[in-house]
Amino acid sequence: MDIEKILKESGTSQKDLVPLLHKIQAAYGHVPPESIAAVAKHLHLSESEVFGVLSFNRFFTLAPKGKILVTVCQGTACHVRGGGRIVEEMEKKLGIPAGRTTADKKLSLEKACCLGCCAIGPVVVVNGTHYSLVSPQKVDSILEKAKTAE
Amino acid sequence: MRKLSHPDHLAEWKRIIQGERPAYQKVIAVSSGTCGRARGSLQILETLTQEIERRKLSDTVGVEATGCHGFCEMEPNIVISPEGLFYKKLEAKDIPAIVERTILKNKLIPSLVYEDPATGRKYPRQREIPFYQKQMRLLTENNYRINPERIEDYIVLDGYQALAKALFDMTSESVIAEVKASGLRGRGEAGFLTGKKWELCREAHGHPKTIVCDADEGDPGAYMNRGLLEANPHSLIEGMIIGAYSVGASEGFLCVRTEYPLAVKHVTLALEQARKHGLLGAAIFGSEFHFDIQVVQVAGAFVSGDETSLIAAIEGRKAFPRQQPPFPAQQGLWGKPTNIHNVETWANVPVVLNKGAEWYAKIGSDKSPGTKIFNLGGRINNTGLAEVPLGTRLRKLIFDIGGGIKNNRALKAVQTGGPCGGCIPAGKIDIPLDYDTLSQAGSILGCGGIIVMDEETCMVDAARYSLNSSSEESCGKCVPCRVGTKQMLEILNRITRGQGEALDITRLENLAAVMKAASLCGLGQLAPNPVLTTLRYFRNEYDAHIREKRCPALVCQGLLPEKKKAKNTRRPETGRKAI
Repeated sequence: MDIEKILKESGTSQKDLVPLLHKIQAAYGHVPPESIAAVAKHLHLSESEVFGVLSFNRFFTLAPKGKILVTVCQGTACHVRGGGRIVEEMEKKLGIPAGRTTADKKLSLEKACCLGCCAIGPVVVVNGTHYSLVSPQKVDSILEKAKTAE
Repeated sequence: MRKLSHPDHLAEWKRIIQGERPAYQKVIAVSSGTCGRARGSLQILETLTQEIERRKLSDTVGVEATGCHGFCEMEPNIVISPEGLFYKKLEAKDIPAIVERTILKNKLIPSLVYEDPATGRKYPRQREIPFYQKQMRLLTENNYRINPERIEDYIVLDGYQALAKALFDMTSESVIAEVKASGLRGRGEAGFLTGKKWELCREAHGHPKTIVCDADEGDPGAYMNRGLLEANPHSLIEGMIIGAYSVGASEGFLCVRTEYPLAVKHVTLALEQARKHGLLGAAIFGSEFHFDIQVVQVAGAFVSGDETSLIAAIEGRKAFPRQQPPFPAQQGLWGKPTNIHNVETWANVPVVLNKGAEWYAKIGSDKSPGTKIFNLGGRINNTGLAEVPLGTRLRKLIFDIGGGIKNNRALKAVQTGGPCGGCIPAGKIDIPLDYDTLSQAGSILGCGGIIVMDEETCMVDAARYSLNSSSEESCGKCVPCRVGTKQMLEILNRITRGQGEALDITRLENLAAVMKAASLCGLGQLAPNPVLTTLRYFRNEYDAHIREKRCPALVCQGLLPEKKKAKNTRRPETGRKAI
């Protein structure tokens, strides 16, 4: 999808900024840094204001992400049940720290502050599919499934 | 159904829906909130539907995907009406037997019935299960009766009648008076009187006025708002419309977290349906009142829990809070009067109008009327959402409803109000849960998160974990919070590594005092709470860490005796951190 086309469909006031960034990220998987200038011009904002909102909200990312998104919940309840160990195990298995994408650009690993499924933690979400009561032993099979699901 | 252009159409519509409904002899409600889905409820739903079709029972047995039933520990679960039978922790292979024996022959399947682990007694009916029986479910009772994708289910349960009553039988002022008389307080952090807030907004100058629903539930360990959004979206929409009518607002925003895709879906659908039937938009119920709501997807920042930072987020700016007053009710979105409440507060409004202020005020305690949904989590047997009158004793919530501590361990402390709340020690377990008592004890009610900690929890480490979340979430605008959370965290890190100094406690107390006095918003003002309460109630644990270089709970990895270290500590699954 073309940036221009997304811009055309959006309003031009400041309150349209976040919805616009959502649309761009949905189309590209990330917000391409070169789109910042176009967005700023469209909304009559400075580039720094756009960049500010973009980098403040943890949901947006400037770097391209893999098609497979693995999110590990780090909320209090998941933490109590060992969510930290799950992230460590994922990092070890994938060879990347959380927040990064694998070298083949296929898979990104993310931490979330709370996904709101506290009763069934630790929770891992792979492209919208929830895995509950995850233990470090289950990490392998989750990653295996994630790679084949692509 | 056409648009409703008169309040009488509501009753008429209800009759039509009831007439058109298939005459099911039994209805099976499958709990399908996010937790349920994660545990396979959609597969249960599909298998059930297939089995019902295969046996040609589709005309007599209905299967519905409902929102969360609240008993998350028992997901996926179903409720079979009219008997109200409750089957827990289902798997697809259980389905044929359920249809064969329970649906067709009215026989129970004992292995799927809930059994109280303490007494061994079995409870086939949902109502009788202690977890449900001891609650008072004003907002959540209908969850298993409503398919959240259908407005008709809400209408049949007398939905939107409070709105009709407000618009045609009451003036804006009398609605405000009613809400004020009910004593309803905001179910967020501050617990401000809802009616008072509406009055401020109504009297404030500026036009257009705005209504905001804060469904950006960023508090880790709490999901009661998600539960309501997913299960009964119309209840809070109705509350918002009533609020808009009272303060004279024409526009509303419903801010939902992007992390809650199912909630976004249900709310968006509910708004479309309400609009289609003339309950939103121009000339609501054929009256002269116009109001519409749009969904805003907030992109994930905990600090948006503060009203002024949520306003900044909606306006398309960084979610920074600002000094109050002026309060948002006076100068909010784009400088115009704005009323902000969270999901649970809005969902209480129709209840107040339907049942009357006098009835509502009698529930709960004197200064905190009504019910509150609590989120039971941590080392407790029955995790889930429990709704009880405010002022209910903590003991009742933890032991009678929550089923006590996991593995029969001893209770050590309960953290209320999320990472900005404090830790209540086991000795104070008879404390009533209301705004004022909790704040006297150094904690907050907050949005209602309850995290239970047992004897194997290190309180210094628990405080460190909370501070860690607060310092990550601090927006960085004001110095006391940005620097304070970081410094406190570093001191706590040192203490848990065995490098604590005698002066550290004074340092922590000084930092906390500055943060409480000088931070701009609730995040910074409340972030020291976990440290202050653990210092107040568990000072001996700090002393053990600092003076004796010992972690009494054997959690802090740097402070373990050599033998224990080799054994990889008492709790291998959680590593060194544990709450």
